[in-house]
Amino acid sequence: MSTQPALELRDLRVAYRVRGIDREVLRGISLSIQPGEAYGLVGESGCGKSTAAFAAMRYLPRNGSITGGSIHFEGQDITSIGDDEIRELRTNAISMVYQNPIAALNPTIRVGKQVAEVFELLGKPSDEAHDLSLAALKRVQIADAEAVLERYPHQLSGGMAQRVIIAMALASNPRLLVLDEPTTGLDATVEAEVLDLVRELRAETGTAVLFISHNLGVIRTMCDRVGVLYAGALVEEGPTDEVLHKPNHPYTVGLLRCIPRGGLHKQTDRLDTIPGTPPPLGATLPGCVFVDRCAIAKDTCRTTPPNFVELANGHRARCAFHEQAASMPRAVDGTRSSGIGNSASSSSELLNISKLSKTFAQDSGDVRVLTEVSLSLRKGETLGLVGESGSGKTTLAKNLLGITQPDAGSVITLDGKTLGATLRDRSASEVGAVQIVFQNPDSALNRRHTVMRIVARAIEKLAGKSRDEAEDTAQVLLNDMSVDPILHSVKPTQLSGGLKQRVAIARSFAGRPQLVVCDEPTSALDVSVQANILNLLVDLQSKENVSYVFISHDLGVVRYISDRIAVLYLGRIMELGSAETVFNGPHHPYTEALVSSVPAIDGSQRVRVRLGGEVPSPANPPQGCVLNPRCPRMAGSGVEHLCTSVEPDLVEAEPGHFLRCHIPLAQLRQIQDK
Amino acid sequence: MTTDTLKQSAAAERKKIRKERFAQLRKNKAFIVGAVILTFWVLCALVGKFLVRINPDELGFLNGVETDLAPNATNWFGTDSNGRDVFSRVIVGSRPIIVMATLATVLGTVLGASIGLVSGYLKGWFDVIVMRILDAISAMPVLVLALLALSAVGGSSSVVTICIIGFVFTPIIARTVRAAVLNEAELDYVAAAKLRTERMPHILFKEILPNVLPPIIVEFTVRLGYAVFAIATLSFLGVGVELGSPNWGSQVADHYNLIFSGLWWSTIFPAGAIATLAIGINLIADGVTEAFEL
Repeated sequence: MSTQPALELRDLRVAYRVRGIDREVLRGISLSIQPGEAYGLVGESGCGKSTAAFAAMRYLPRNGSITGGSIHFEGQDITSIGDDEIRELRTNAISMVYQNPIAALNPTIRVGKQVAEVFELLGKPSDEAHDLSLAALKRVQIADAEAVLERYPHQLSGGMAQRVIIAMALASNPRLLVLDEPTTGLDATVEAEVLDLVRELRAETGTAVLFISHNLGVIRTMCDRVGVLYAGALVEEGPTDEVLHKPNHPYTVGLLRCIPRGGLHKQTDRLDTIPGTPPPLGATLPGCVFVDRCAIAKDTCRTTPPNFVELANGHRARCAFHEQAASMPRAVDGTRSSGIGNSASSSSELLNISKLSKTFAQDSGDVRVLTEVSLSLRKGETLGLVGESGSGKTTLAKNLLGITQPDAGSVITLDGKTLGATLRDRSASEVGAVQIVFQNPDSALNRRHTVMRIVARAIEKLAGKSRDEAEDTAQVLLNDMSVDPILHSVKPTQLSGGLKQRVAIARSFAGRPQLVVCDEPTSALDVSVQANILNLLVDLQSKENVSYVFISHDLGVVRYISDRIAVLYLGRIMELGSAETVFNGPHHPYTEALVSSVPAIDGSQRVRVRLGGEVPSPANPPQGCVLNPRCPRMAGSGVEHLCTSVEPDLVEAEPGHFLRCHIPLAQLRQIQDK
Repeated sequence: MTTDTLKQSAAAERKKIRKERFAQLRKNKAFIVGAVILTFWVLCALVGKFLVRINPDELGFLNGVETDLAPNATNWFGTDSNGRDVFSRVIVGSRPIIVMATLATVLGTVLGASIGLVSGYLKGWFDVIVMRILDAISAMPVLVLALLALSAVGGSSSVVTICIIGFVFTPIIARTVRAAVLNEAELDYVAAAKLRTERMPHILFKEILPNVLPPIIVEFTVRLGYAVFAIATLSFLGVGVELGSPNWGSQVADHYNLIFSGLWWSTIFPAGAIATLAIGINLIADGVTEAFEL
């Protein structure tokens, strides 16, 4: 083995040609990864993380080119080696795992053949390839590997597909493994398992890893060293613990402050934000790349690019005033004095859902996606909905909105009045009273309409105003959302993600809603923008006394914003209680597994409680408690016979805390305190 | 960021993107060539009558002009077998073909886009039935259909020709639009429109249509090229355009057998005109496709 770094980037510059002009995306990045080391790259979208990852494999999009610097693999300069040589390297020495595993597999070819192909490329005879593929899948701990080989990619879950991709990537025993957001599209529980797997395999093989993620928690648990990227430049680098504990660059400090973490709650805290937006692709930045958004920037920062300042243990920060970074002033006042949410516990009931079920008729039989969900929500209260994908969160939201029609017997009342099952059955004011903020603002806003038209039209229809009146109201509403008047006449494509989401929120408030469903409203946004949007939602709630149903897979966000939380699994509420109770426990075993799967940014170690197997199909739910085949706490509970035969009811185990579990609360508390 | 900088950057960004896209089109030589050719023929169609010195319909042999005269200083493209000036006839002959091709394509695009919008939005049974009907229509060969229809109305009629070509283009455009609408209708802004009690016509034409315009524009330019060919072919076959007025297809038809006697000019020039117009439109179609990054 060589003692050379596995990968070294020296002052690497990459540009993309867009509309005929080269735009710099990597502005001279230097980093090195030692053999066996895991190096994380973090940063917000558009900062060049993925470009760096692809550049490491010398694989750039057609319009991308290396405009300066060099890439070295084990000491060999691979910046300009020929196609054959680079192909040789990619076959034998460098592998990559992509963000979307299902898309990375060819949908028309069976998994077995695709895995075998890798071995054939490596020169193994085709009759051995099958056995090798089987072994490869077993190595990544795929249950029933033999059967998986026979399947097509669409028959795999996201987690399984990612394991297959990892198996293929490891087939050549690569010396460098590049992972580009490998768990971003996966549920928290699956993410935790895939991360465990990567960690184990790394310990086993000693492969060097370049790990790209926007999630600081994931980087924290996975990487030895971390580099923070901003606008195509590395701004801080060092041992992961050091950088995340004692950040020395204002950007890193800002990022860490934006994240809603354990303990913060909307009632008492405001999240900090990073003001402004990242510079556009290819902007000329003569000084520090971060200067426009920096709270401690001085005049010299605009003109002179800072050099790296070496700190202890290889920790370095590219900031001339790095000593001041940790104590830099907040962009947003940190405490909240108005008693938001305090009144929610005593206010009157707004929404009542009783025995809401939804069955989709399919050729292969009926699929019941929601089973007798009953809930209530007070005015000004936020109910968090959590659960893995397929748990019925979005279906529940769609039924509330009237986009899909619930099964007969389901009753939804708003302010005491029964709501029509579909939009047709609801009056304009009823439609306006229940609105939604969609997950993806790009898709939620018509890109051919101006901001003003989008909002004014909603006011026109929902509040029954004339066009002129609607535009006046829209002005005010958009101002409340801090959307600058000058942007009212532009189209959404010219807005940043955060501004788009503000416009979408303005639209949802057009008809003076009483209930707004927030369907993962920040999951498409960067953390600094997420903090902004969360602050806005909380401000609006305290002002308008609106209630939220807040759907999110990010438990930190849900914990921050929710008064109460409902945990869904296979269309059933498994646990319902105040945010504090649900997070602090005693939990339902399913909640426990969810909570324990979140990688902590502060590095604190939690006992991982694992769910076995895969989410069963709602078409064919398990007998007894629907969680029983995967339940981490059933074994040894003494009530196994009940769990496998009788479905438990949702009962109030302690005041305000509902659980659907046969195991008594006291026993759960005892197990979980261990 | 302050209001002013926001204001400037938003406006400047818009301007910059438009400028860059335009610069890209300008750099695209094929597009420029196409645009020049098309502009030339459109000009001829508009004011061709005033550009030529010799009346295209003047039967030269009555006034002592020789028939089948080779290209010369007076008759740049020579004269045809009736002693008519070929140059004047080519220039003036651009009008019927350009007008008819445009009308036919507009008709097909409007019909096709409407059907595609409704079909892609409603999906289900409606979609299945409509698409099967369209499949049946596109299975019929254009020329056979046109000849049948034209002989049914008893000879040449430019109105019937326009309708037939528009009719045949409808399924092709409908299919393109439907595919685009299937994607668009899944986007949340459509759900948002429903959530403010918008009705279907508004959702189709105000919300979805503007977003599927790029493929419609591209399809329009591509179809325009085909329409030129179809009309030239029909007039070559002696139907499609009323007799009398100069048009390229019948000019070729009337004289192509003279090529073998060495009298090439009365055929080659109108044939070349058809070819350049079709090529020009296709070059533009390519450029537009690229500019929209489709």
